[in-house]
Amino acid sequence: MIDLDLGTALQQQVLDAFQNETPLSIYGGGSKAFLGNASHGQSFDVSKHRGIVEYDPRELVLTARSGTTLKEIAATLVEANQMLAFEPPHFGEGATLGGTIACGLSGPRRPYSGSARDFVLGCQILNGRGERLRFGGQVMKNVAGYDVSRLMAGAHGTLGILLEISLKVLPRPAASITVTRECSPVEAIAGMSGLLSKPIPVDGACYHGDRCYVRISGSAQAVREARNKISGDVLPDADAFWQALREQQLPFFHHRSTLYRVVVKPATPPLHIEGTWLLDWGGVQRWLYSDEDLAAIRHRVELAGGHVTVFRGGKQSEDIFQPLPASLMAIHQRLKASFDPNHIFNRGRLYTGL
Amino acid sequence: MPLEFYTRLIYYAYCNTYRRSSLLSHPNENAAQVSELIRALRSLLPPESVLVDAEDLRPFECDGLSAYRQLPMVVVLPETIAQVQSIMRLCHERRVPVVARGAGTGLSGGALPLADGVLLSLAKFKNILNIDPHNAMAIVQPGVRNLAISEAAAAHGLYYAPDPSSQIACTIGGNVAENSGGVHCLKYGLTVHNILRLKVVTMEGELLTIGAETLDSPGYDLLALMTGSEGMLGVIVEVTVKLLAKPERAQVVLAAFDDVVKAGEAVGAIISAGIIPAGLEMMDRLAIQAAEDFVHAGYPRNAEAILLCELDGTNAEVSEYIMAMRGILTASGATEVRTAVDEAERQLFWKGRKSAFPAVGRISPDYYCMDGTIPRRQLPHVLRRIGELSKEYELPVANVFHAGDGNLHPLILFDANKEGELHRTEEFGQRILALCVEVGGTITGEHGVGIEKIDQMCVQFGSAELTQFHAVKTAFDPSGLLNPGKAVPTLHRCAEFGAIHVHQGQLSHPELERF
Ligand SMILES: Cc1cc2nc3c(=O)[nH]c(=O)nc-3n(C[C@H](O)[C@H](O)[C@H](O)COP(=O)(O)OP(=O)(O)OC[C@H]3O[C@@H](n4cnc5c(N)ncnc54)[C@H](O)[C@@H]3O)c2cc1C
Repeated sequence: MIDLDLGTALQQQVLDAFQNETPLSIYGGGSKAFLGNASHGQSFDVSKHRGIVEYDPRELVLTARSGTTLKEIAATLVEANQMLAFEPPHFGEGATLGGTIACGLSGPRRPYSGSARDFVLGCQILNGRGERLRFGGQVMKNVAGYDVSRLMAGAHGTLGILLEISLKVLPRPAASITVTRECSPVEAIAGMSGLLSKPIPVDGACYHGDRCYVRISGSAQAVREARNKISGDVLPDADAFWQALREQQLPFFHHRSTLYRVVVKPATPPLHIEGTWLLDWGGVQRWLYSDEDLAAIRHRVELAGGHVTVFRGGKQSEDIFQPLPASLMAIHQRLKASFDPNHIFNRGRLYTGL
Repeated sequence: MPLEFYTRLIYYAYCNTYRRSSLLSHPNENAAQVSELIRALRSLLPPESVLVDAEDLRPFECDGLSAYRQLPMVVVLPETIAQVQSIMRLCHERRVPVVARGAGTGLSGGALPLADGVLLSLAKFKNILNIDPHNAMAIVQPGVRNLAISEAAAAHGLYYAPDPSSQIACTIGGNVAENSGGVHCLKYGLTVHNILRLKVVTMEGELLTIGAETLDSPGYDLLALMTGSEGMLGVIVEVTVKLLAKPERAQVVLAAFDDVVKAGEAVGAIISAGIIPAGLEMMDRLAIQAAEDFVHAGYPRNAEAILLCELDGTNAEVSEYIMAMRGILTASGATEVRTAVDEAERQLFWKGRKSAFPAVGRISPDYYCMDGTIPRRQLPHVLRRIGELSKEYELPVANVFHAGDGNLHPLILFDANKEGELHRTEEFGQRILALCVEVGGTITGEHGVGIEKIDQMCVQFGSAELTQFHAVKTAFDPSGLLNPGKAVPTLHRCAEFGAIHVHQGQLSHPELERF
């Protein structure tokens, strides 16, 4: 694959779409097309706008065009012994940086290192008028103007087309081990949330198939020391396990029915919703296959202070993302109108009316 | 650290910035309307919570940037969310602008009152509502002081990570509004990385919940937009923060260099070795000497630069990193590498750094603190240019630097009583910020734009971005009555300022006539 700056061509296409009010369905690698509500529009491919623009390991900053694949970025970072610390799921060979940030997805390290949005330092976007805008920058600290670059993370492409993104990157831990033991969900939740108030360098914790898994990473010494504070057996080939969890390739994910993403506070006791569960993010992100009614699931989770996304296999008629209160929806609509007045980008993908 | 030390430190920050007469003084025209408004406010709040006498208003006339002063029309001190809502509804109805205020330690004039506006102080919102050790979070009112959260969480082995040097005084509401950082942000992030949920009252008086008690929430990331929004989008009335486990051990290494460029390169070498220190600070000769004379921190007075490098984690981890760090620093040409012998010495090393501003305040009648951020590799170039500009303007500069994250605090030394020095200082400061933008950095890393850097925003952004910022503001505050005139300049203001922001050879505001 060759590096290509298609910024000007993409800008022209968006200008045309703006003038003709043509809705566009933005896609990069297409690996996350399953996520979100159906969006009808002309396919708009950004995957060829690609290439790492700047990367200096000493600065801990990488800038790349949105079509650059996660695979290429990961390979480049590994050479300097660095990584994307939010451990993004790829969900496919072709996963691009733009799609990853637009969907705002983060992997098992999320509660301990931060989310996709936390690592965004700046971006260049095309807004719905075809204007090229730059927000944030390539530095760690920047409070000039509103934080529009982080707003782009998780906006599912509804506010603008990401052209270029600058991310903070981090060194890979020198050592890492995973300790696992059999326990009940109640014990697992207490154990995993309990780790939050202990000075142990945990960077992954999940509960799957009657077993709790805790990953500890850091300097060789730190890992050795922490190992003695956590009971259980050391898991061989742990990288493969965490990767399979991140990519939803564990046998748990082989179900055919609807997959719900339930997000709650870490210490929330097991929720009484019929189905099969896998707890990631130390108990915060809970994957659920259930035949219960969506409204009933949402109600139960809302009472626990959380929210539910229909992650895979949802019905067209349902709200994929948890509906917002009217007051917040009004702000969303005004923001959308300010970035994309003709509603050309990913119309309806996040919510009807955006 | 002793309380009086901090009090003094903050006093210096207040009193050593330069002074100039207020910029915004529109005498209020309609006295009848004003007294009617005050009557209405008194019907909403107890009498002692509505201040109108000049002597009562005086403490609110400026924030930490005391160069800009303005008495507000009235100060209100609500203590419930319902009261904030009714104040906002009233002001919205009557088209009266509102400025929110925390502790007033801001350094960019963000909380500067308006002569025809209401100053809404959150000082009475000072309760910690809940500390939840099981979920490692705390719910606090906006007027709670930054340090008070960590103090309350300590019983559970937890703390709130962002630690601005003003932490004994500044409020969490102000921290959110400024997205404040501290000396530990390289490892632990800024305010935006450490909060989960906000309750916000809009200009219309509506109560919004933004974010969630958990790690994400549906919809756009309004939490990111609110953080650092400088009181322009809503009044923060409750904050849910994330708490972290206190590290088992923290240790600091001091390294001296005979050349600032070598010190800058050492920072790159540490990062390249895969170590993220909890804190990584640099000071140049003038700052070292001022700090040493002030607090006797034991700094090497003859060094051209020192690095303070803090490592935290488990016991063994810290020991391992200290060994590695010593090796890297020596290989980078450090003339001396010292590890604090005990906790008292570690505190002393930090005290020297944290008192750098007041220390500089002692050696100069006035100083002006800049806050640009640059890509770290540009440090030698930027320091050289600042040195050249210092000669050109005939004003000395002391450099204090959050080296880990590229945030520079050059302190320009001057005397406001000398004819023309203030003007030269301001121009010098503007040149430094323009330089930061030129090398790919920003005009403000943590102190905010406020009123102070509003013209420099024209240097950093083009009209399309500024227009988008105004639209974001309008999405939250269609009436434009919240903290008007701050943070984002109008395009006209930029044209008048003669903005020099040039993107790919294009002038930034070609659509506007030049004055
Ligand atoms: C000695 C000294 C050292 C400092 N060190 C640091 C440092 O290390 N790092 C750093 O980042 N900053 C530092 N600062 C700057 C300052 O302390 C921070 O910006 C702080 O967050 C301001 O908090 P405050 O409560 O004083 O806010 P204020 O100054 O009262 O207000 C700041 C802004 O926030 C808005 N605001 C305040 N409360 C609310 C609310 N509840 N809702 C909506 N808007 C609100 C105001 O309108 C204003 O725009 C320092 C200042 C001093 C004087």
